[in-house]
Amino acid sequence: MTIAANLAARLEGVVGSSRVLASEAELLGYAIEDCLPAAAVRPSCSEEVCEVVRFAAAEKLGVVCCGSRSKLQMGMQAQRYDVALDLCALAQIAHYDEADLTLSVDAGMRLEALSKVLAAKRQFVPLAVPCLATSTVGGSVVSGIDSMLRLQYGTARDFLVGAEFVDGTGRTCKSGGRVVKNVTGYDIHKLLIGSLGTLAAITRLNFRTFPLPETSAGALTGFSSAEAALAFRRELLGSGLPFSCVELFDGQFSSLLDGELGRLKDLGFAPLKAGGWSLYTAFAGEEAVVRRMKSEVENRSARAAAKSFEMLEEQRNEWLGDALRESFDWLRHAARGVVIVRISQKQFATQGPKLFLSNPSSSGWRSALLMSGSGTVMLALLPEEENESGREEMLCSVREILAQGNTGENTAKLLHAPAWVKAHCNVWGDLRGDFLLMQRVKAAFDPARVFSPGRFVGGI
Amino acid sequence: MDPALIHELKALLGPANVLSTREDLMLYEFDGSVEKGRPDVVVFPHTTEDVARIVKLANRFAVPIVGRGAGTGLSGGALARGGGVMLVFARMNRILELDLENCRAVVQPGVVNLEITRAVEHAGLYFAPDPSSQKSCTIGGNVAENSGGPHTLASGLTTNHVTALELVLPDAEIVRVGNRHGDSTGYDLCGLLVGSEGTLALVTEITVKLTRKAELVKTLLAVFDAVGDASRTVAEITARGITPAACEMLDGWTLAVIENYLRAGFPRDSAAVLLLEVEGLREAAESQAAAIDEICRANHAREVRTARDAQDRDLLWKGRKNALGAMGRLAPSNYVLDGVIPRSKLPEALERIHEIGTSAGFRIGNIFHAGDGNLHPIILFDPRDKEQFARAIATAEQIIRMCVSLGGSLTGEHGVGMEKNELMTLLFSDADFDLMRRIHDAFNPDSSLNPGKIFPVSKGCGEIRVGRHSKTAETRA
Ligand SMILES: Cc1cc2nc3c(=O)[nH]c(=O)nc-3n(C[C@H](O)[C@H](O)[C@H](O)COP(=O)(O)OP(=O)(O)OC[C@H]3O[C@@H](n4cnc5c(N)ncnc54)[C@H](O)[C@@H]3O)c2cc1C
Repeated sequence: MTIAANLAARLEGVVGSSRVLASEAELLGYAIEDCLPAAAVRPSCSEEVCEVVRFAAAEKLGVVCCGSRSKLQMGMQAQRYDVALDLCALAQIAHYDEADLTLSVDAGMRLEALSKVLAAKRQFVPLAVPCLATSTVGGSVVSGIDSMLRLQYGTARDFLVGAEFVDGTGRTCKSGGRVVKNVTGYDIHKLLIGSLGTLAAITRLNFRTFPLPETSAGALTGFSSAEAALAFRRELLGSGLPFSCVELFDGQFSSLLDGELGRLKDLGFAPLKAGGWSLYTAFAGEEAVVRRMKSEVENRSARAAAKSFEMLEEQRNEWLGDALRESFDWLRHAARGVVIVRISQKQFATQGPKLFLSNPSSSGWRSALLMSGSGTVMLALLPEEENESGREEMLCSVREILAQGNTGENTAKLLHAPAWVKAHCNVWGDLRGDFLLMQRVKAAFDPARVFSPGRFVGGI
Repeated sequence: MDPALIHELKALLGPANVLSTREDLMLYEFDGSVEKGRPDVVVFPHTTEDVARIVKLANRFAVPIVGRGAGTGLSGGALARGGGVMLVFARMNRILELDLENCRAVVQPGVVNLEITRAVEHAGLYFAPDPSSQKSCTIGGNVAENSGGPHTLASGLTTNHVTALELVLPDAEIVRVGNRHGDSTGYDLCGLLVGSEGTLALVTEITVKLTRKAELVKTLLAVFDAVGDASRTVAEITARGITPAACEMLDGWTLAVIENYLRAGFPRDSAAVLLLEVEGLREAAESQAAAIDEICRANHAREVRTARDAQDRDLLWKGRKNALGAMGRLAPSNYVLDGVIPRSKLPEALERIHEIGTSAGFRIGNIFHAGDGNLHPIILFDPRDKEQFARAIATAEQIIRMCVSLGGSLTGEHGVGMEKNELMTLLFSDADFDLMRRIHDAFNPDSSLNPGKIFPVSKGCGEIRVGRHSKTAETRA
């Protein structure tokens, strides 16, 4: 018996054969880059998760937790990848107090399924993440991927009120609670957000829910220069108006977005077709609020001498908003070998666009930029074709962007990149003075380094 | 305490920054809670380097250290439970940088909460967390306790408004966590530190978010003749998905007391009032105010009035924020509890508090953040009467147990400290404590910093140790 088959057999002994996948065909879906685990396990309850983790800790195995696997390629290759711990079978709503606007949900539940239940009560959880149709609640939180609604609702940090998880010793732990305000004990659940599964296997998350807005709309304003678009962005963000999104993007991004929308049907968004820089704004709330926001944006666009303008009513707004939310996903599939850098900077800083403009598309690749209202920037480099010389040039640019994106208080990381790029870059950006503390936190959660060893910052 | 330590501290900081006489120390024996614990020496650092040097010295002499802001904490967090060196941050009170465009301020921990707003209001900005103690409490204390306030309901606790910290660890190392954007790479250590009650590190610099003032603020006062009607109103506002900026409840008995002293314009003959605030775009604030008005009336509010102008509004808030002080005139001492319940359980919780108070022989006042289910029952008692004091403590525990039994939690904003550390077992298992302890030890392995807080110290609760530095934990009063 091979080592892999042996491991699968032993895992079957732990959780039963129906919960273990071991054929190559099945395991292909769990590959990280080109590395397959020896087995995948789909526990049916948190006790089984504990069993698997205890077994892994005792056997010194590497375990990578996963949900729908839409963001499994984020981060570095695992130093040991023996077991994929698939949490999708934990998919119930454990508790929903709609009158308190609080929710406790299993980590493996899909966001889409959850949204349906909440929408029936006119509520939602503001995790507008890419791959929304398949993403699980747990994966969305742990991957730290940006939500389109961050400007208005913040990150998971602002509405996650508690969690249950299995630590690296195989014990179920919890932190926080199920109430909207709570300072009892350390806010351990905050550490799990964006931890890429390196601390614990999350089994349940508690959220504050929000009322669904009565109505919503958006607008698309086109500009002929980056400067004009940036100035308009600055005006809107400084206005104090309650936008739910303010997304700025360049001409290349526009045409990719247009193509993406065209795949659905020809929707003909004029500012996208015109090329150049565009600004998408969205707003939601009572009718009167939306009416006011529309006129604010329209008037301000006119004053800003915008090249083109389109008001987006509910359905068209939804199409465009959805396509923008999914941009991480379609950008990474827009060509072979796409690299996406995420830069995080102060809201009004312009370093992201500057970096973009100083690394223009070359013969070997095109670049596209999306800058969110909160200050995060997604910069995608799309190779024209894969050839060795183009590779070198692109790698140089990626390194340059990472280096410059990591200066001062700004941070830059590789959100998506082929293995050969990751191998030559600092995926998570530079280590800072707090790295030692992070190592100690990791050791506190996961002393045997069971969870995703080597995948996160500094090879944690 | 080794006199050599005091001598060295004086040499380091100058004698004006070191207190060690019995009379001076007695001032630091209390905070806003009913607990006590006296330090052996009190020092006033001026810089981060001062703090690091003090910590090094304390370590050399193997004595515990505890940070303190203004000492307004309500859970004994700033008390020197194990004796030792108390670092009071009052003199590290400079605003270091204002970045108004990006809505950030960088401040030292001793800056008083309200001072941040004062420094930025000219630009239409403010610091959102607004504990009722905001005229005196410090941002360092707010960070340690993850403090809230009436406006937490819409804007969140301190943690939602802090993006970076500079720390001095218990081994005297200086480390920065988080960044200005609030989006640093790696684990969210800043999120862990906020609310860690001064048990993981001393905080020497804080980057906070500033919030833009809303276009329109409307303040409403709804008067009820039955407490149940008021609490049902809150539950209904919540269930209808309306999030006011603030939703405070004051019971009639408390109101009459406040009104006698403060003349804030509250009725003297009601059963309860709700002080509600909505804000945002004009259109949003107006429609929310109208919806709230309608819900109040449907729940038999006898009167709903809107503050006419800023002065009227300020007066109502002054009444609310000074309410606790006014209660102080009724009895030698008051015990402000802090528990949380799901908001859907508010009517039931208030009834239970009333019953518990009645059977214990206390009249319990309630001034609290109803909108987020954060109860503050107030027990008036005379601490000199040992029996009454013990009864007050027992009653408090009963109320907190009730909150937990309704699906709530031990504390919504005042912290665990040494007030509720023994009650932590109501919520957390051995495995939970083990992990919390390992995280504690990752920062503070010898428990030299603020020992005897958060974790249960009584026998039989997991593997609890108060580190090598500390004396045995003092028992209550
Ligand atoms: C009348 C009154 C009303 C109140 N209203 C509210 C309210 O509405 N909401 C609310 O949340 N709280 C309220 N409180 C409680 C209290 O004001 C808050 O907890 C406040 O944040 C404490 O600040 P402080 O500066 O007084 O801190 P202290 O009481 O001095 O210390 C509190 C904790 O912070 C730690 N600490 C202080 N500075 C530092 C530092 N630099 N580094 C590390 N640790 C540090 C201490 O060790 C201690 O654990 C009220 C208190 C009173 C007396």
